[in-house]
This record gives sequence, structure tokens and C-alpha cells, in this order.
Amino acid sequence: MNLRTLVWRELSERPSAMLTSTLAILLGVTALVAIRHVTVFSEREVGQQLQSLGANVLVLPKAATLQDYYSADLTLQTLPESHVSSILLANLPGVERLSPKLCVAAKVGDRAVTLTGILPQSEFQAKAVWQSVSLFSNKHDGCKKAACGPKTYDGAPEALATERTIDQLKGNEAIIGADVAEFSKLKPGKSVEVLGESLQVLAVLPRTGTVDDGRVFAHLHTVQRMTNAGEVVNAIEVMGCCEDAAGGLVPSLTALLPDAKVVTISQVVSTQVGINRLMSQMSLFVLSILVIVGGASVASTISSNVRERRREVGTLMALGATPGLVTRMFLFKALALGLVGGVGGCALGLVVAMLLGSQWAGVTVTPLPDLLFIAVAAALAITTLAAYWPARSAARLDPCSCFSDV
Amino acid sequence: MFHLQDITKIYRKRTQEVIAFRTDLLDIAKGEYVAVVGPSGSGKTTLLSLLGGMLSPDSGQVLFDGQSLYDLPLNDRTKLRRDRIGFVFQTFNLVPYLSALENVQIPLYLAGIAPVEQRDRAIALLEQVGLANRLDHKPCELSTGQQQRVALARTLANNPQLILADEPTGNLDPDSREAILSMFDGFIRDGRTIVMVTHDPAAAARAARRLRLIDGALSTSDPVRDAA
Repeated sequence: MNLRTLVWRELSERPSAMLTSTLAILLGVTALVAIRHVTVFSEREVGQQLQSLGANVLVLPKAATLQDYYSADLTLQTLPESHVSSILLANLPGVERLSPKLCVAAKVGDRAVTLTGILPQSEFQAKAVWQSVSLFSNKHDGCKKAACGPKTYDGAPEALATERTIDQLKGNEAIIGADVAEFSKLKPGKSVEVLGESLQVLAVLPRTGTVDDGRVFAHLHTVQRMTNAGEVVNAIEVMGCCEDAAGGLVPSLTALLPDAKVVTISQVVSTQVGINRLMSQMSLFVLSILVIVGGASVASTISSNVRERRREVGTLMALGATPGLVTRMFLFKALALGLVGGVGGCALGLVVAMLLGSQWAGVTVTPLPDLLFIAVAAALAITTLAAYWPARSAARLDPCSCFSDV
Repeated sequence: MFHLQDITKIYRKRTQEVIAFRTDLLDIAKGEYVAVVGPSGSGKTTLLSLLGGMLSPDSGQVLFDGQSLYDLPLNDRTKLRRDRIGFVFQTFNLVPYLSALENVQIPLYLAGIAPVEQRDRAIALLEQVGLANRLDHKPCELSTGQQQRVALARTLANNPQLILADEPTGNLDPDSREAILSMFDGFIRDGRTIVMVTHDPAAAARAARRLRLIDGALSTSDPVRDAA
């Protein structure tokens, strides 16, 4: 016999009563854990997207929308390619790289793909030398690039998937997306037939889960020639040196290219950021519900337990239980309820987050040990605090209550 | 063993005051078998609570083996009760979700005895009261007589020298009552002291000394001793 046996025997005698009283804690922790997990992974996803895209600014035709850009549906709207030179010559502070694109619908075999013309960075170098300008050397005030560390670009063609630019690409070469490689069974070194022309596959991009998986990237001028589009592009991606560059670039580019629409990538993810912020606030709301409802539920349960066990407590005191032991007995009971609610809520919340995370926010959720520890600790703290006063009142019970009225 | 001097215990409710118990002098010697009788509400339970160190008097002193009981700190009084006083209740007051064995282990646990020794001693005590084959039975699985025997085993767990019994035979059939009273006789032979509150004249007749309480006052004290 010990304190644990004494408490556990009572709780196991009436498991349904225990479950009912711990339900509020369990549901509160479940909601908290589920929401926080989805929020944290969603925020990480957004952060990674922004990190991988840098402080990108998009220059689009006036009539185009961001949705058009991300669905590669830009075939009807174009900008003159000379805008690329205009940006280059303006030597705007904060610009680090440019990536003009021309997207057209095409087929590989009988499957639809997006043929995307891109301009390799080597051509910018050549253009800069030819036009006697210092390429992308003009830093903006307060540039955080040094603080963030130097931005390095991988020269491998596969890096196009993450870095949005490529150093070298010949006129007869192509880089294909993962889906295209899969259905056409193409590998680097093979040839891909697009719009009646054969291009040599330079690389296969890793799967990104975006429209890039269904693209065939080729040299911009090759695509312009194949489609007779002329010297036009659909979009110009402008990579900034750091996140703060975008704010200054938008007005500069808008002034420089009045016939174009200038937007930042952060605007693209602003909805997701907003949802994340909402979910963050929601988790605080759930935490307050957990504290109020869960705490009240435990306080009520322990209070009624003290009333029910009045004679039993009196008997224990008559047998030699000190007030301190009686307090510990009820606190231990509350801790057991908190532990069941906390651990059960964590397990349930994690399952909910893992099952629904992909549907809610399109993210893969894995357990966050720190968050789970905090959730269990919060459940234990709330139950202990809520049970403290009822437990103290039990310790102050009159031991004479063990006697029958005679 | 007990020396009660100028004791008054008053219950107050709003403006009303009721004298629950008063006595100028009451001595209970070691090894005595005392029955406290009287009508309901006469103060019998109050007297038992005062003797058990659970209800401080409004005035006077309760000396237990020469020590003023209510001058002791609460925890010391609790320890004294745990080590030297055993209680027997009318409704047995067994913990319903614990087995007979675990119920007997409670006072041993409270005394800080190791679990293995608790178990060994509890088994021996239950064997002593004839319940060796009911160790794992819960109170609801036992007859009232068996429950009272479990309660007696629990009372004896820490080998108390004083037993305070509150209507110990009140809920028992005649056979069980006789068995319990026989055990009480045995306790007296072992040198223990018993103070028993009872409505049962036959049980009171087994005691060597009877105290009659009326309206909180001791009106009769031990005709047997007086006669002697």
C-alpha cells in the first residue's frame, strides 16, 4: 500500500467517472496539439518557400494574374524582352539575378506539357560586358545579405528547381520536369521531341510538386524561334539580395516598367501567412479554453470527490493521515487525470494533425517533442492548480466526520 | 491513561449555543473497559472525539498519559493517534474500493512501514480475526460481521493501547455481535484500554465501568465501581 495504490484503486474502480472528468482536458490538449502542429509545419513550409524563392519580385503583363503565372497559363499575355535589358541597365539596388520566362503549351508524345523558355545567367554576363555595366553590384541601404550569409548558387542544372535560374543552357538543350521524365521515360543525354524539334535532355529536375514537374525548360531564344513569338517573355522573375530588397524594388520597377504589373512573392503566400496567423491565434484561444474549461472541470471533479469521500477522509485522518498526506492524495488524483488527459490529448491531437494536416494546409506533420512536452506539462499544471484548493479543503475536513451520528 | 479536567465543549450555530459535553473531572485508567451510554445527542460521540484528539475542547485539559493532548501540534497529535489509538466504527468505515488486505494495510502505510512488511502483518491480523480466506475480497463482498472483523484487524494494525469504539455492535447480528464483544474481552485481557460508545445494554454490560451521559453531562459513573 502506498499513495499511488490508494489513488489508483479509486480511479480504476470508476474509470468512466475518470474519463468524463478528464474529457475537457483531453479535448483541449487534442485541439491545441493538432492546431499547433499544423500551424508550425505550415509556417515552416511558407518559410521554406520564401527562403527558396528569395526576395523574388515578379514582373508580369498588366492583364496577367498571379494565378496565371503559377498555373503557367500565360500564353496570351507577353512583355517585350527588352524589359530585361531595361532592368539590367537601370542597375536597381538590391537586384541579384533575373530570370525571364516564356511559357507556351506543347506536347511530348501525346501528353500536354508547358514549354518554358529561360535565359541562362551566362548570357547576362555577356550582355553586361557588352553594355559595359557592372552586373547586379548595386546594394540597397540596409541590405541584410551579409547578415544572412552569402547567397550561393549551385551551378548544376538540377538547381533550377530551387534557384529559379541556371548558369549555362545551350540552344539545343532542355531540362525536363519530373512528371515529363516519368511519362516519357527520358533521361539526361536522350532527346525530347517538342513542337517538331529535337532537344537534348541536359537534366531532370527533382520533383517539386508544382507546375514545374510538367515543364520542359529550353533556351528562351529557342522557344521564341520555335513558336514565332518574337522577342517577348511572359514573366520576369527578379531575385533580390535579401528579403528587404523587395520593398524597394517594387516601386522602382513599377516606375521603370509602367506597362507591366510588379508583384512580390510574399504577396502570393500572404493568404497562407494569414491563415497561419489565424491558426496561431486560434491555438491561444484553445489554450485559454483548456485553462478555463479544463481547470473548472478538474476543480469541480475534485471538489465533488472531496464531498463524496468526506467520511473516508475523516477515517483516514482518524487512522493517522496528516493533512499534508490528504492534500497530496487529492493532488495526485488530479495529476493522474491531467496525465491521462495530457498524454491522451497529445496522442489524439497528433493523429488528427497527421491525418488532416495535408488536407488543411497541404503539409506533412511529424511529432514535435517540445510541443508535446509543453502540452502535457500545461495539462499537469492546470489540473494541479485547479485541484489545489479542493485538496486543501479536504485537508481541513473535520476528522470527526468519520463517526456516525449517535 | 486519561485525565479530563474542567472540560467544556460547546457547539455554536448562529446565536444558539449547545453544550455538547462538560465534566469537572473524568479519569480513565489504563486497562479499563468503559462503556459510554446515553440517548442520541447526549454527547457520546463528542466525548469519543475529545479522547481521540480530533476535537479540541472550548475549555479544560485532556491529559493522555500525562501529556496535554490539545497542546500538541496537529501533526504530533495525528502521529499519536496513529501509533497509540485504534478506532472501531459502527458502519466499519472500510474503504470500499480496497480489498480486506489493503484496508488493513492503511494504518501500516500511514506509519511508514515498508509494503512487504505491511502485507505480512495484515495477513497475520486477518488470520487472527478468522478472515484468512477473504484477503482479496472487497467490503461489499463481505457480510457485516466480516466487515467489522476486517475493521478490527485494521484497528489492531499498529498495536494500539487504547481502542475507541463507536457503536461497534450497532449493525451486527447477534452471532457477529458476540464474536466482536469476545474479541474486545480478549483486548482487555491483553492489557488494552477500551472506551466504547453503545446503545446496546448487553454490550454495555460487558464493560467494567459505565458512563451515562445526559445533555452533555456525566450523570452516572460506574455503579459497579461505586458499589465496590
